[in-house]
Amino acid sequence: MTMIDVQDFHVRFRSRKTETHVVRGIDLRVARGECVGIVGESGCGKSTVLRCLVGLEGGWTGHVSLNGKPVRPERQKEDLRAAQMVFQDPFGSLHPRHRIGRALSEPARCMGLPHGRERIAAALSEVGLPAEFADRFPHELSGGQRQRVAIARALIVEPALLLLDEPTSALDVSVQAEILNLLSDRREERNLTYLLVSHDLSVVAHMCDRIFVMQHGVFVDELSPEDIGAGRANHPYAQHLITASLLGDAA
Amino acid sequence: MQDTFPLKTPTQTRMSGAGMALRRFYSDLRREPLGHAGFIVIMILILAAVFAPLLAPYPAARQSLGEALQSPSAQHWLGTDEFGRDILSRLIWGAQITMRTVLSVSAIVGPVGLMIGITAGYFGGRTDAILMRFTDVVLSFPSLVLALAFAAALGAGLNTAIIAISLTAWPPIARLARAEALVVRNTDYVAAARIYGASHLRLLLLYIAPMCVPSVVVRLTLNMATITLTAASLGFLGLGAQPPMPEWGAMISAGRRFMLDQWWVAVMPGFAILITSLAFNVLGDAMRDILDPRHTRG
Amino acid sequence: MENQILEVSDLNVAFGRGSVRAVDGVSFTLGADKVGIVGESGSGKSTVGRAIMGLLPPSAHVTARRLHFDGLDLLDQTERQMQSLRGNRLSLIMQDPRYSLNPVLPIGRQVAETALLHGNMSRKDATQAAAAMLERVQIRDVARVMRAYPHQISGGMGQRVMIAAMLLSAPRLVIADEPTSALDVSVRGEVLSLLDELVTSNGSSLLLISHDIRMVASFCDRILVMYKGRIVENLTRLEEARHPYTRSLIAAMPDARHPVHRLRVPDRESFEPSHTPLAGETL
Repeated sequence: MTMIDVQDFHVRFRSRKTETHVVRGIDLRVARGECVGIVGESGCGKSTVLRCLVGLEGGWTGHVSLNGKPVRPERQKEDLRAAQMVFQDPFGSLHPRHRIGRALSEPARCMGLPHGRERIAAALSEVGLPAEFADRFPHELSGGQRQRVAIARALIVEPALLLLDEPTSALDVSVQAEILNLLSDRREERNLTYLLVSHDLSVVAHMCDRIFVMQHGVFVDELSPEDIGAGRANHPYAQHLITASLLGDAA
Repeated sequence: MQDTFPLKTPTQTRMSGAGMALRRFYSDLRREPLGHAGFIVIMILILAAVFAPLLAPYPAARQSLGEALQSPSAQHWLGTDEFGRDILSRLIWGAQITMRTVLSVSAIVGPVGLMIGITAGYFGGRTDAILMRFTDVVLSFPSLVLALAFAAALGAGLNTAIIAISLTAWPPIARLARAEALVVRNTDYVAAARIYGASHLRLLLLYIAPMCVPSVVVRLTLNMATITLTAASLGFLGLGAQPPMPEWGAMISAGRRFMLDQWWVAVMPGFAILITSLAFNVLGDAMRDILDPRHTRG
Repeated sequence: MENQILEVSDLNVAFGRGSVRAVDGVSFTLGADKVGIVGESGSGKSTVGRAIMGLLPPSAHVTARRLHFDGLDLLDQTERQMQSLRGNRLSLIMQDPRYSLNPVLPIGRQVAETALLHGNMSRKDATQAAAAMLERVQIRDVARVMRAYPHQISGGMGQRVMIAAMLLSAPRLVIADEPTSALDVSVRGEVLSLLDELVTSNGSSLLLISHDIRMVASFCDRILVMYKGRIVENLTRLEEARHPYTRSLIAAMPDARHPVHRLRVPDRESFEPSHTPLAGETL
């Protein structure tokens, strides 16, 4: 079954005088339970794809269906529940004046789902945090703990698809390992579909079944994790990326 | 706005959180000598206003023509006016009027300015353009002149003075709230809330407004100095509280006839106005330093 | 070591009074080689760099048995003397070069200024020297970059400009604090090789501070691993790592060549200072 079906997808940002064509026609099909990665450099449009798919940006054209349902740039509340997102910066993604319990009960409440104390405790334990964390404020938590809360917040509305925008690039290596393991576990358990955007090829190769290489708003190559491990690619830009990021092991 | 997270003792934990924040704020304030002094002056004024019946040595309106225009003495610490009324007592009773004006105006202007500002900032586009042009129009009038016009049109009196000042005092608050909302609406936590389907009203009231409140409170405190002055000016011009109410501005107005020979009649209320607005100013400055990390002193 | 440039012995840094030490008894020496300091956030790696540069805030309490740079005792230098050392014989490259450059001066003038300070030449010659250096760090459109202001150039370009200025000032010691973490993957290699060229051509030493142990291992001659303010290990190759912290750090990184189903998460208990196994003891 297809979870994400994107065809002829374009994003144009218009300002008063100029129009920037950020995403120039991509096609993407992701099956349920799959983890697909997008790599590319800053400004290539990879985060824009994610923000459009989740419903944060309008202004795109093309055919998009999520979980078998076609969606339009203006998103209905029911459609929003299909996909949730985890952001890069764990310090900016939680409301500084909302306690953790509030941060988790809000999405459930907005989607009309149970949001009692037991539900919050369950959501916290699912990401490896004790129930007492519900009473804390974000500033009392470490970066890794905040990212766990952000994942719990995305999962509490039980989406089928999780969009991950550089979920570990602001974290230390050891914390990154914990978060990546947590994401893998939840995916296996709930048969979730992931679309992971990152600039770190080793993270993407570790997590994903297929990897798209994006440059100037288009996919220039599709790789498997084995391709990255072996350092082979079809497109020169993808080859360049792999060589540059395997720098550490090449020596 | 009620607490939406169903804790067993939600109000208790929320209270202790707010209480702790207040205690931390006060201990920070104590490290700012000037701001702390302003805080103490404001506290004294509020106590004087509340306990005026107990504190004032004489009733505010008690006339004693035999004692008219006496200079400061042990009996009348700040002297008496042309009707023999005790000036200290009138100042203490007048604190009630000043505090009432300041607090009423702030209570009207704060929420109104906040709502207009965050609505404009959050929705942007045409909403923003309309609300902000309207704000600019009000802002472009000199506030005292506009307040004068309103007070003249609505009839003189304390309540019309409060309404008139409120009508002119909200635009700076709205601008400030809009600037804050512009930053907050682009944060990841607001994006996350949009993805889980939080309504516009919910986003405005529960997500954006709480982030704008601290700077609005600071701005309101600084504004209180201006409000004190505007209220006194209206009183001085006879458009605020009416005689025999012991309004400080009106007291100066009455005393200016005796300025050369009986200086205390006009100077004492003037001094009260000066101290009050100065105290609001230094308190507001100190609050900005404490609450807003962007304004650290070099 | 012959030709010793920096000697740090028992460096301690504490912030505030009676608080935890951010840096705790750190000792190392630097010759004309490239040394990397690796650690996670809060390990004190950046504090070491800033302590050497004399750039810590007044609340920091810095002590050391020896802190010698190029024959000078850095602890004895006045602020004025430190200022003339910095950007002259001591240089710092930070994560975002746009904060290190003057935002209101065009790039060309800033690089030419360095040339003026370090060589007896006319302003015209200095501008030419600046252009030559910018060309040497592989900036393609030199004339345009010379006219640009710092906010108009990319991060990678900014690091090249910083390196170009340093090629002119020829510092004895370059401290690079996460010089590539704000850059795109494909530019990182180029910036690192330019850094390499800079220190090799000047015969100076480089202290590379980074969280990326693999990058440091491939680039530096020696690796110092810091954990909670201490140097726990001094390596020349990653394979030599013995300390449980270093090994867990390496194991926690995903590696496309050796795919694993789950990543190894460090067991913090095993390397807390209280029960650190002795050197040589295996995990």
